[in-house]
Amino acid sequence: MTGERMSRRVLVTGLSTYWGGRLAQALEQDPEIETVIGIDRRPPKVPLERTEFVQVSDSHSLIRRIVEAAEIDTVVDTRLVVDSIVTTPRRAHENNVIGTMNVLAACGGADSPVRKVVFKSSAHYYGAHQDDPAFFTEDLRRPHPARVPIERDVVEAEAAVRDFAAKHPDTIVTVLRFANGLGPSVTTSHTRYLALPVVPTILGFDPRCQFIHEDDLANCLEHAVRHDLHGIFNCAADGVLALSEVLDLLGKTNLPVLPPVATGLVTGQLRRFGLHLAPEMLGLLRYGRGLDNRRFKATGFRYRYTTRETVLKLREHHRLHPLMRRSGSSYRYEAAVEEFLRFSPSVRHDNASPGLGRVTGRQLAELRRAIELLEGEGSPGNLAPGEQRSESGPRAVARAAAAPAGYDDLDAEEVIALLPSLRPADLAALREHEAAHAARDSVLHAIDGLLASAR
Amino acid sequence: MAEPTRTPLRPPELRATDVLAPDRDPGHAAPQALRELLPAIETERQIDDWGRSERVEAAFDRWLVDPFYKLWFRCEVEGVEHIPSHGGALLVSNHSGALPPDAAMIAKAIKEEHPRPRPLNLTVEHFFKGYPGFSMLLPKIGAVPAHPANVHRLLCDEQQLVLVFPEGRKGTEKLYKDRYRLRRFGRGGFVAAAMRARAPIVPVAVIGAEEAMPIFAHIKPLQRLTGLLYTPLTPAFPHLGPLGLLAYLPAKFKIRFLEPVRTDEMEGEPWEDPGLVQTVAEEVRDRIQTEVLDMVGKRRSVWFG
Repeated sequence: MTGERMSRRVLVTGLSTYWGGRLAQALEQDPEIETVIGIDRRPPKVPLERTEFVQVSDSHSLIRRIVEAAEIDTVVDTRLVVDSIVTTPRRAHENNVIGTMNVLAACGGADSPVRKVVFKSSAHYYGAHQDDPAFFTEDLRRPHPARVPIERDVVEAEAAVRDFAAKHPDTIVTVLRFANGLGPSVTTSHTRYLALPVVPTILGFDPRCQFIHEDDLANCLEHAVRHDLHGIFNCAADGVLALSEVLDLLGKTNLPVLPPVATGLVTGQLRRFGLHLAPEMLGLLRYGRGLDNRRFKATGFRYRYTTRETVLKLREHHRLHPLMRRSGSSYRYEAAVEEFLRFSPSVRHDNASPGLGRVTGRQLAELRRAIELLEGEGSPGNLAPGEQRSESGPRAVARAAAAPAGYDDLDAEEVIALLPSLRPADLAALREHEAAHAARDSVLHAIDGLLASAR
Repeated sequence: MAEPTRTPLRPPELRATDVLAPDRDPGHAAPQALRELLPAIETERQIDDWGRSERVEAAFDRWLVDPFYKLWFRCEVEGVEHIPSHGGALLVSNHSGALPPDAAMIAKAIKEEHPRPRPLNLTVEHFFKGYPGFSMLLPKIGAVPAHPANVHRLLCDEQQLVLVFPEGRKGTEKLYKDRYRLRRFGRGGFVAAAMRARAPIVPVAVIGAEEAMPIFAHIKPLQRLTGLLYTPLTPAFPHLGPLGLLAYLPAKFKIRFLEPVRTDEMEGEPWEDPGLVQTVAEEVRDRIQTEVLDMVGKRRSVWFG
């Protein structure tokens, strides 16, 4: 795409949501992203390395000050509530409609530094009706006006985004309409519904369902940040399953006890017995919904999981969850600790650099040994500056040949994770070695990026 | 990751710019490129993305359609070579019978007679998606709601056969005295859909269905009670109960596939021209009507053909 990698200073709204947290985690791993700032009313629920959190309500003047002060070029709005189990309809409306207005107001203006807005929307935009097409494409509209509060919110919020896009033709506005997310870490009305021991369905109906895995969901957002995609995109995993098929895969008993008439009335009564079926789910349980995800795939994105694999992952989680329950580590945000870790001069950032946790100690030792070997032969201390410059070609090859085999065993991803901890001189040496040996494009690219930013 | 279990499709080497039109409107460009991005088929699944179930369809075929096709209606098929053996094609047929057996018989005829049998997708009214029971069963045996977007996806993207009945319920609810007189062909939406997908239109003439389940009258109060599209008075319904709708009389069925109307040779965007669309729709209707009358005129007996 044109102008790749122009997003360097990113603001994530809704940092305390699962998606906001995941996106910030992904972005801060990338050395080319200079700044990640997260805002929300509540503190984040996931550990973050260098993302800065600002606790702020959806007030546009405050957000605007943050945007302008930090010269934010990309705003990712993950704040939309698309599930009625999250909060009350009134609060959801406040957040979805008024909040969106405020965030957009903060991004607008003649001298705004924002050049891209990514808006996380939902397939609830389309609703679920009798006369729906089997696969919604992005230009199709819902056949009837929305009645369910959440759907109404999504439609209104998207209308605001559309207005914003029309008024700011130079700003790239990406709207991602996500299918229902599913995965071990998210709690939605769907995950709760599918976790029931016996799953009630509507008698005489077997709707088609489509989901998206939580990892894919986070990746979609990241993809939209990294590429300039103007327009609306459906994000849903490949494949549309019948509800009976989903329950079959999960090994659940299908209990068609909800009556086809007055379903809403009955589910209202069932709430007394602790069974909460969200109002926006009733249409899906009756008519189902399918999305055409090809436009987003055409931008180069590939889903990791199909809908079927997403459901199988959920089954794995259902099976393991009872065993793992107690070992779960819960992260708690402590403002003072986070501040200390980020800004105190005593913290050794070399050791706490992002991504180190993913590499094993053995691999780390191998890499260090490789670097030391390279340094020992060509460190600036032993050579006169002129000498070093003149003999770069043949010496470099000789040095590279001497590097231990351990380095080449490392995955590209692991090497990239280690790079930020190296000094520029080491980086240059490593680049020569890499170019002479494995010549992995991703590694070379990452080193070049780091060298450029060091200069 | 269950990656290897997916049917491998060639990862398309295309960049966003190939698909997204330069005017930043990705929707209308390069159907070829978008076709390659259709989801791969997961071989472990028995239900496809439209909700069609191999198992239910096979059982339906074995226990219901096959006996009816071979023994009861003794279908006779002509012109099956007019159905292309690859690429999308839109089949257009006349429609009759209270619980119309013609769709199933046409699908079965292709399965039995065509040198390269292909599944046929029947389009049905949206009404059935909202009616308990039908909503569950119909998609499993290959029925899709008659939405223009559905027809387009099947014809253009998935290159499949689609059967439409432009008469719709006007055809099936007509009384016995009006038999073999085709109703209005909708608003020509089916022609526009075929033109958009550049798929040929194959007209189909069917006789026998009118006599298999003649409708003598409509029972309004019962319709209001059940919420169905219509409740006909037939030789066996409603006095023999709901199963009476399956009590077809053994009329001889004749299916004739006619020469296709090509839409891919038309210049520009013919679907934008309502006059042309209506003309083609009328033409198709007239050909089917002529053919139906011809077949009815030539047959010697309703029951023995």
